[in-house]
Order: sequence, then structure tokens, then C-alpha cells
Amino acid sequence: MIASLSMPERQSGLILAIGLAVLGLAMLGAAKEGPMAVHGAMAMVLGILLAFALAGALFEPDAPAGRTALYYDEPTRFGIAMTLVWALIGMSIGVWVAALLYWPEATPLWPATSFGRLRPVHTTGVIFGFGGNALIATSLHVLQRTSRARLADSVTPWFVLIGYNLFCAWAVTGYLMGSTQSKEYAEAEWYADLWLVVVWVAYFALYLRTLARRNEPHIYVANWYYLAFILVVAMLHIVNNIALPVSLAGSRSFTVWAGIQDAMVQWWYGHNAVAFFLTAGFLGMLYYFLPVRAERPIWSYRLSIVSFWGIVFFYIWVGSHHLHYTALPYWVQTLGMTFSVMLLVPSWASAGNAIATLNGAWHKVRDDATLRFMFVAAVFYGLSTFEGSFLAIRPVNSLSHYTDWTVGHVHSGTLGWVAMIIFGALYTLVPQLSGRRTMAWPKAIEWHFWLSVTGTLIYVVAMWNAGITQGLMWRTYGANGGLAYSFLESVMAMAPYYLLRTVGGALFLAGAAICALNVRATMLAAPAAAGATDRPLLPQAAE
Amino acid sequence: MLRLHYNLERVSMGLVAAIIVAASIGGLVEIAPLFTIDETLEAPADLRPHTPLELAGREIYIREGCYACHSQMVRTLADEIDRYGPYSLAAESAYDHPMLWGSKRTGPDLARIGEKYSDAWHAAHLVNPRAVVPASIMPAYPWLAATPLETSSLSAQMATLARLGVPYSRERIANAAQDALAQARPDSAGATGVAERYGARVAVRPFGGDPTRLTEMDAVVAYLQSLGRLTTAAHDPH
Repeated sequence: MIASLSMPERQSGLILAIGLAVLGLAMLGAAKEGPMAVHGAMAMVLGILLAFALAGALFEPDAPAGRTALYYDEPTRFGIAMTLVWALIGMSIGVWVAALLYWPEATPLWPATSFGRLRPVHTTGVIFGFGGNALIATSLHVLQRTSRARLADSVTPWFVLIGYNLFCAWAVTGYLMGSTQSKEYAEAEWYADLWLVVVWVAYFALYLRTLARRNEPHIYVANWYYLAFILVVAMLHIVNNIALPVSLAGSRSFTVWAGIQDAMVQWWYGHNAVAFFLTAGFLGMLYYFLPVRAERPIWSYRLSIVSFWGIVFFYIWVGSHHLHYTALPYWVQTLGMTFSVMLLVPSWASAGNAIATLNGAWHKVRDDATLRFMFVAAVFYGLSTFEGSFLAIRPVNSLSHYTDWTVGHVHSGTLGWVAMIIFGALYTLVPQLSGRRTMAWPKAIEWHFWLSVTGTLIYVVAMWNAGITQGLMWRTYGANGGLAYSFLESVMAMAPYYLLRTVGGALFLAGAAICALNVRATMLAAPAAAGATDRPLLPQAAE
Repeated sequence: MLRLHYNLERVSMGLVAAIIVAASIGGLVEIAPLFTIDETLEAPADLRPHTPLELAGREIYIREGCYACHSQMVRTLADEIDRYGPYSLAAESAYDHPMLWGSKRTGPDLARIGEKYSDAWHAAHLVNPRAVVPASIMPAYPWLAATPLETSSLSAQMATLARLGVPYSRERIANAAQDALAQARPDSAGATGVAERYGARVAVRPFGGDPTRLTEMDAVVAYLQSLGRLTTAAHDPH
């Protein structure tokens, strides 16, 4: 990692590392105890370790000459490693909390490990840890290849990746200590949120500075999506997390939003975290890695334009479909429902464009598990967006809301679409980054593929059944005119589905573990055919 | 149009500006009008904010992630009204920073749970849910009854909420720690102060059942017993 940095870059890195250690010390000194102090100590230790590593490297050989004529892939390699570390953490916790719903007595009797504290560890671990690292790592790769330019500088990508992972680590350890804003998918407390803003601005600036150096006249469609992901997530994150800390020396804060305003802001954020984190960013990934792997150009340029602007414009309206039949004004619910249905058009345009791109390459889909991952991802994307539009229709939502159907829907999107496209992208990218044509264990990809597909189907089908059963039991009236089932009876009816869901999740986790081992083996293996599949970098201006 | 886009995608700042505009409209249209709702929505005259003890309980409810499995929003559907009680009004969460409407009912909705069960039931249920409801899948929270309630930060928390518009007067803020203790000690001298500052309808009882010390159990049970009872407006058919 550090060997790839020049001496002035190592010095800048050293200053940043010392700055991080000082920030951590300030947090520790101000808070003295509690989550903020622990987080300060974490930052301080990380800063000190980085400072020592960088200071030591000042006396080691300089970065190889001529490195500016090459793409800078070291940060991407680190991002991929973190992607898989978080995948294992987030998915393991997911399987564990799923098991607790079937077997609640297994909950250890100490506060840090009860369901309510572990659940956000799962969601943050998989969405932000696994998904976010995959997005940042692949975006830096795609940005350079489609611009035919090296990253604008070599320190910022490290600041972004290390800073982002520090945010994730602060978030999940905070939940274990009971520090949470309780806003779903935005549980991290105020100082972690501010830190993420700093990291995100650096990421955005790096993206624009690298685009400005591009040697291609057009900005490729994958970058439109990555840009929308970066920009809109910043907007959502800042507005939803505006909070007043009780004290600058403590972790607790209160959101400035209250009641229905808070509900609307929360689900404007919540659903657009789905839209711009879990959809736009990953469509960027799809638009680059699917055509590269299939060796076919994107089927329709016009359809890419229509679907991109459709997604950017329509999605932002749909959050209020989370609040049907609540105290939120009726007209806002109706707007959310209407736009959710309209959203099907750009969503299916994207899915269709991806699948049509495979025309002429179907034999590769049959033979190549990597491309099959991406094909299945596009199919699940189409299915989940259809389901999403359907569930947003008010009467359907009256049955599905608050039930496990929602959980099933989310996992058909996150397991079937997000995780599958990540795995497809990783299996395309990792051999290239390692100077090889294939992964170290090509057969393991097949195992991973079938474990993933089986796990996802078991999970999603179990949760569909669970959710519809719950919804129907809650609303069924008996012959005497009273409700036919107690709430508890609906809980008891869930047991077989909760068991099945745990099995499905465990299969998916097993696949991810195989992936992590395979990636590790590939990254450590000797290069076979260096850079054989990479796009050439055009001559660069001096830095 | 295609020509326009052909040129737009050559200018990175143009793309950035277009994305910001396209992604702002929906949010502005849906969220901005909600801030004028105070003008159309009349807050019930009897609406009160949480007492310090209930607020401390709410903080524990948030800390333990209870909202992940329990909603606090009865929808305007016949079966929900029959099962839980009157549908939730916007005004009922007007002082909630953040709202805890929730999104999932692994357990039942709690918007109307207040005073449906006894304090002793709640305390026993929180210590071990399966002792009271054998088929329950809720985690046990035995440490609530064993952990003394930290009341020293309540004043600062209420002062912060007051800055955000929650009606915590200086007097309420100054007496926060004392009121928290007194609400669980009906025989103490401070008990009348709680009623004076928060209204005669506020329950003053030994919620957690341990008369020797104030625990997190007192706070959580007081909070649960207050749910749906901050105003009677929802029960009033107009």
C-alpha cells in the first residue's frame, strides 16, 4: 500500500494520520467515557498506527518511477478486501439475529448482544460496510478505465476508504454500546455523521478531479450513476441527520425533525438510500462490468438516458409509500404511490437494457458463473422493482406493511440484486487486478453461484409466505364479528418460516465465505498474464 | 433531446447540476408543505410532553432498538383499530424527536399500550417475556431491573429538546432529576411537584416495583404506560 506512494504523498499521509490521532485524542479527552470516548480511542489508535507506518516508510525506497503512466488500483484492492470483511461480519450477524427469532432463548443475557442492538449492526454492516466499500472500490476502477486517466491524486482515495471504514466501525460499535439515533439505516450518532460528510466531500472532489483529467470526450453512463449515488446520498445524509447534540462532549443528540415531519424526512431518506445507494451506485457497476464480461456493448444508449433520468427524478418522490394509512397527509401518500408505480418504467428499462446486452452472449451466461451472477442480478433487479411498485399501491400495502413481506422484498433486492452484482463485478475485477486471466479457484465460483441463488430463493419465498400469512391473520374476522387471531397466534405461525429464512441466509453466507477465500487466494497468487485484459492508459499530463 | 444529452454528458459540472435539480424536486414538493402543517393542524389542548422519567424510558427504548420490532402507529384500518385502539393522530408524536412509528411488527404495535397491562406485568415481561407469554420470541432484558437509572443528564436532554420546540419550561428542566425519582415514589415529597408540572393525569407509581432504588425498569415501564396517553384527543370522536 504505502510502497505505491511517493515521498511527498507519504508526508501528506503522515500529516493526515497525525490529524486523525489528534482528533481521536480530542474526542477521548472531551467525552472521557461512553461511546464517544471509545470512538475517540479507536481513531487515535488508527491514526498512531498509520503515522508510524508512514513515518517508517519515509526511509524506504520511493515509489517506482513511471507510476503516473499506470492506473492506480491499490485503493481498489484494499476496498475489495474491506468489502469481503464487512460481508462476512454483516451477513454472519444477519444469520445470527435470524436464528434468534426462531430460538430467542439463545440470546446471551448481556446488553450488547440482544436483537435490537445487533439488528442495525447487520443492516449497517451489509449496506454500508459490504455495499459501500464495493461501490467505492469499483467506482475508482471504473472511473479510471472509462476516463482513461489515473486518479487525480494518490492520497485522497486512501483518505476516502480508510475514513469511510472508520465511519462504519464507529457506527456498528456504537450500536453495541447502545449509541443510536434510532433512525433506520441512519443510526450512527452526530459526530460519525459529520465525519462521513468530510469523507464524502473528499470522494466527490476526487471523482470530479479525475473526470476533469479524462481522455475520453464523453462521460460513460456508469459514471452518471456513480455521480448520482455520491451527490444524492450526500443530500439525503445531511438533511436526515441534522441533529442537536445534547453536549459536544457526548454522543447523544436529538434530531431536529419531529413527528410527521421526521417520518417524512426519514422515509424520504430511507427509500432513497435504497434508490441512490443500493440502486444507482450498483447500476453504475452493472453498466460497466456486465458489458466488459459479456464483451458486448450496452444494447441501447437511448434507453440508458431515459432510465437514468427517470430513476433520478422519480425515485425521490416515492418515500411516502412507507407511510400509507398513517397520520401523514393523504395527498403525500398518494404522490408517493403514484411515483412508485411510474418508477417501474425506468427500472424495467434498466433491467431490460442489461438483459438485452447479453444477446449474442447467452452461451457465455451458460458457461461462465461470473456473467451468470450479473444476469441473475439483472433479473432480480427487475423482479424486486416490480414487487416494489406493487407493494407501494395503497391497498396492497395495507396487507404487506409491518409484515415480513417487506423483509422478503428488501432481501430479494439486496441478496438477489445488490450482492449478486457485487460478486459478478468482483470475479471480473479481481483476476485483472492480480494480473491473471481467471480466479485462483474457478470452480469455486460455480459453488458460490448456486449457494447464492438457492439461499436467496429459500429466504425470499419463506418471507413472502411469512408476510402474507401475518397480514391475513391480522385482518381476518371470525363469524362472531371479532378478530379471528390474537397477535401471538400470528407470531407462532412464523416459526417455520423464520427457521427456513435462517437456512437460506446461512447458505448465502457460506457462498460469501467461499468468495472471500477465493479472492484472497487470487490476490496472493502469482500473476499469470499481467494486465492482459486491461484498457490502455493514454499518455498523461504531469501531476 | 438526444443531441442535448450528447452535449450534457461531456460536461461533468453540467451533469452534476442536472442531477441535483432532478433529485431535489420530489423532496421539496413533498416535505416543504409539511412545515406549514402547524397552521392547519390544531394541537390538542391537553397534549403534554413526556415526563423526565418517561423520557429516560424512551431513551432506553431507543438504546435497545425496540423500534426494530414494535411500531407505534395505528393505521386507519378497521382491523388495526379493533386490535389496538383508535388510529394514531399526527399531534400525538408532535414532540417526538425522533418519531418512533417503526416499520415492522415482529411484535405488536405499542401506540396504545399505555395502561393496558399492569406495571407488574410489564416488569415481569421485560425480565423474561416467556415467563408471562410462553410463546413470545422477544429477547429478555433482565439488566433493566438491575441497572440504576442515570438521571443526571436528563436536564441537559430536556434543555436540548426545549430548543427544538418541546414545551419544557425552565422549571421542568431544573427539576428533571428530582421529578424522575418522584414519579416512581408516590409517597415522597416531590410527588406533588410532578403533578403540578405535568398535569394531574400523569401516573405516579412505583413502576419497576423496587422501592429501594430507581432503576431503568422504572423508566421503561413508565414510558410504556404513557404511550397513547399524552392526550385524549384520539379517543375523542369530535
